[in-house]
Amino acid sequence: MKSILNYSSLSKKYVMAVAGIFLMTFLVVHLAINLCLLRNDDGEWFNAAAHFMGTNYIVKFFEIFLFLGILIHVLLGVILQIQNWMARPVAYKSASKSTTSFLSKYMIYTGFVVFVFLIIHFMNFYFMKMGWVEPTFTLNGEEPDFYLVAKALFANNLYSIIYIVLITVLGFHLNHAFQAAFQSLGLNHPVYTPIIKKFATIYSILIVVGFNIIPVYFLFCNA
Amino acid sequence: MNLTLEIWRQESPKAKGKFETYKVQNISADCSFLEMLDILNESLIDKVQLPINFDHDCREGICGMCSLYINGRPHGPDDEVTTCQLHMRKFKDGDTITIEPWRSKAFPVIKDLMINRNAFDQIIQAGGYVSVTTGGVPDANSIPVNREDAELAMDAAACIGCGACVAACKNASAMLFVAAKVSQFALLPQGKIEAKDRVKAMVAKMDELGFGNCTNTYACEAECPKGISVSNIARMNREFLCANVK
Amino acid sequence: MTKLNSKIPQGDLAQKWTNYKSHQNLVNPSNKRKLDIIVVGTGLAGASAAASFGAMGFNVKIFCISDSPRRAHSIAAQGGINAAKNYPNDGDSVYRLFYDTIKGGDYRAREANVHRLAENSNLIIDQCVAQGVPFARDYSGLLDNRSFGGAQVSRTFYARGQTGQQLLLGAYGALSHQINLGNVEMMNRREMLDLVIVDGKARGIIARNLVTGELEKYFAHAVVVASGGYSNVYFLSTNAMNSNTSAAWQIYKRGAFFANPSYVQIHPTCIPVHGDYQSKLTLMSESLRNDGRIWVPKNKEDAEKIRNKQLKANDIKEEDRDYFLERRYPAFGNLVPRDVASRAAKERCDAGFGVGNTGLAVYLDFASAIKRLGKDVIEERYGNLFQMYDKIVDENPYENPMMIYPAVHYTMGGVWVDYELQTTIEGLFCAGEANFSDHGANRLGASALMQGLSDGYFVLPYTIQNYLAKEIKTPRMSTDIPEFNKTLEEVKNRLEKMMKIQGSKSVDYFHKKLGHIMWEYVGMGRTKEGLETAVKLCKELKKEFWSDLRIPGDINGVNTELEKATRVADFIELGELTALDALQREESCGGHFREEHQTPDGEALRNDNDFMFVGAWEYKGEDQTPELHKEALKYEAIEVKQRDYK
Repeated sequence: MKSILNYSSLSKKYVMAVAGIFLMTFLVVHLAINLCLLRNDDGEWFNAAAHFMGTNYIVKFFEIFLFLGILIHVLLGVILQIQNWMARPVAYKSASKSTTSFLSKYMIYTGFVVFVFLIIHFMNFYFMKMGWVEPTFTLNGEEPDFYLVAKALFANNLYSIIYIVLITVLGFHLNHAFQAAFQSLGLNHPVYTPIIKKFATIYSILIVVGFNIIPVYFLFCNA
Repeated sequence: MNLTLEIWRQESPKAKGKFETYKVQNISADCSFLEMLDILNESLIDKVQLPINFDHDCREGICGMCSLYINGRPHGPDDEVTTCQLHMRKFKDGDTITIEPWRSKAFPVIKDLMINRNAFDQIIQAGGYVSVTTGGVPDANSIPVNREDAELAMDAAACIGCGACVAACKNASAMLFVAAKVSQFALLPQGKIEAKDRVKAMVAKMDELGFGNCTNTYACEAECPKGISVSNIARMNREFLCANVK
Repeated sequence: MTKLNSKIPQGDLAQKWTNYKSHQNLVNPSNKRKLDIIVVGTGLAGASAAASFGAMGFNVKIFCISDSPRRAHSIAAQGGINAAKNYPNDGDSVYRLFYDTIKGGDYRAREANVHRLAENSNLIIDQCVAQGVPFARDYSGLLDNRSFGGAQVSRTFYARGQTGQQLLLGAYGALSHQINLGNVEMMNRREMLDLVIVDGKARGIIARNLVTGELEKYFAHAVVVASGGYSNVYFLSTNAMNSNTSAAWQIYKRGAFFANPSYVQIHPTCIPVHGDYQSKLTLMSESLRNDGRIWVPKNKEDAEKIRNKQLKANDIKEEDRDYFLERRYPAFGNLVPRDVASRAAKERCDAGFGVGNTGLAVYLDFASAIKRLGKDVIEERYGNLFQMYDKIVDENPYENPMMIYPAVHYTMGGVWVDYELQTTIEGLFCAGEANFSDHGANRLGASALMQGLSDGYFVLPYTIQNYLAKEIKTPRMSTDIPEFNKTLEEVKNRLEKMMKIQGSKSVDYFHKKLGHIMWEYVGMGRTKEGLETAVKLCKELKKEFWSDLRIPGDINGVNTELEKATRVADFIELGELTALDALQREESCGGHFREEHQTPDGEALRNDNDFMFVGAWEYKGEDQTPELHKEALKYEAIEVKQRDYK
């Protein structure tokens, strides 16, 4: 275990980056499913997708990697951060005025917020799926009706606002994470890096807007 | 111009330091920052007080000896200069200037603003060279080098080993310093022969010495007095990955 | 005279070094491990020598006053390094490099040494390229060359404007490699304060640990001093703040002769002095003279208006500009050797044509080069120098001509060494700028890097063996023997004496005062009266120093004022010797210009009949006049001529 934890700073970064990229691709899938909520079909598509995600064996197989990815990403993130704090035992008196990419300085904090969000999210959906929590709505008496669960949650304005804020923070995290992952893996190029940076911004905006359309929709259109 | 200086004073490596406030008067705008400190030191000696210790040598921005974290920036408020090349015209009359030593676990304070940067030497000793010994080498022109690669290698080789990258990094990471040396040799045919061993040894030493990790904030690049690019860090990441998977 | 044996090998000039290497004594590998060498200084000469010794199998300790070997002032050399590779096919050869160096040195260097230097020049380039030094390349990927002052061929290899840095980092890499292998031990933040002699042979040093303040004793079978030059005797010079002559001066006081201290190089392209708080001068590479044109206004009135800020440089019309180097030296133009260029600038300023607010500056103009080559080319060639100038002076040199003035830059004089680089003390060697070297009375651009590396990589590794071969039976000595303890005691007393003065003046006060004396009386134009005044003032300054110096703080721990004081004490004594040497040399040659000895048109006038010798000074005790020994210079391979760059 020690050898894994103490493994080179660079190796940790590679794992962080690979796990991060995997999580980012998953987000796209997740977004696609979420957007089904917008269909006026009483949750037919959404529940179908949820059912597929919950029962398909290939998905279940990837689910292992998803959780492993989250676990490793969080664990390494914390280890790296502790090491980084230890690397400067005496802090500066004056606040840093160096020009840096602003969001990059707060990754551990935005990461923590995302983690809190995940816990809430798990409690609301995943635990229900696993049967650890009694479903609040069911489709046929046993399988949870996630469409109604989601609808009920978003009916709560406070929940929706918190959701919007947390997703926005996730966007900040992603904006830096996306391009940093490439740098960590050694992919820096005078032509492509600026494109990657632009794409990172577009990606993070799409994620934020995509996910947030739903609570907004429920807040204003479906009240 | 008249200035108020808040300067870190520390008797010895183990002593507890603190900030002291000093005033300097009638400083010319053409004066360099270190000359301003010289003037302060002369006045302290006049008053039979201990002068402020700071590292400095060439005073033309190439030896990498001067340091100083000035108002929240290594080498002060000017871009792509060392502290010795910083001029007082970058400040305004009446300014308060906070001067601190580089802060890093790997760079302990020796006295006042003087720090021990031996860690950088140790990283180079771990492998930051081509292992040729004197004599018995081929004719210089028998090793052609693509001009673009030579230029990129020179960009990386311009590092002066001052440690501003470590000082600026919120994680006190030495990635830019290590990457610059790794890059220089990775780009040149002479260096390619030992490239894998080099990058492994240098990264291992860097980790061992207690520098932080890179979180891609790029403060190092922003503060490097020689403008060394973080693309070198990516190149090192690449080199290290290749060295370990192949 | 009898005391100086230069040990120049027999035979034809071109064969001397080969002959030497064929017949010298060698040390076998198993014995090398039993032999210790101390190297003082980590510049090009010291680092390259230590790395080479380590690779050969000797046990080496290398001493450095800074935190890292990479801080040594060799790092600041900008322009380049000469070699007789003849890659551009423009007629260069080892002989021509040798000839140019002898001529550039105004026929005051040893033929055999200089020829060896020229031979080694090519090996240095090979060595450095193998180390990964990123020299400039052309589009074919082969090495590029540029031209430099004092030569009519392009033989200078360069790495942008940071050649010294790259070469030093190459040597530092080689040194680091040997440290990693355990062959060399790095002793950083330590300053050599004395030499230990046992039975007439150098056997170690006393060094002060600059962090703890402790005095430490180190034994070695041989000691190499490569501690650089003494330009800082002038206070304002282009040398680094910590550059000093103390190691060289202590060995002088222990019996090594000090040669030609009056040969000081004043470099023409420095940024002019701008205030009395100034701590050092900044050099800009001589390579600027390749494309820049040096001028002052033709009319005194214009010069005066410029000084009073009524006119700007660009207001002066082309026909009202005096390109004085091109006018006086049509063949070499702006590329005349440094001493010639410096004196010509001083002559114009003294005559009232100087610019800048002090009148002590001339223009270096790139307007025509920018017109001819485009701004991009100029930026590529000199970008970093232009940026440096802009940062210091706060003026854009792409739009306004730069202002330059000569400043002390390099010292050709130094510890006297024989052909083997051994001093007059057995087992004590001296390399690089610290020795009196191969540059005669004037050093050509891009030759210092060549000499430092030649000494370190390709001369000392051979010659030190010739000495150490006789030492294989000498066992390692304990540093508790009386010789070590006595020397340590002497150093300790000296430091304590300094600390106890508790006068009223800081070290810098004395250093600045010394600088004024030296620049005023032992600068670019020297006279008998001036030099006599300098000797007198130095003596007085020494007295004042030892009675009114104030060093705050403690003898233990870090005390930079104490460090500076030990160095300035030595500078004051060296200043006096420099003036004495300049006084005895009744001629003008290279960097030494006596106003009494000049041609009607103001060129240096040598006196080959009486002064074609190396003046080596022997220390005779505190406040005693040192004794001058003369090593006659014989020119067999080349004809001695008046230097002519017209």
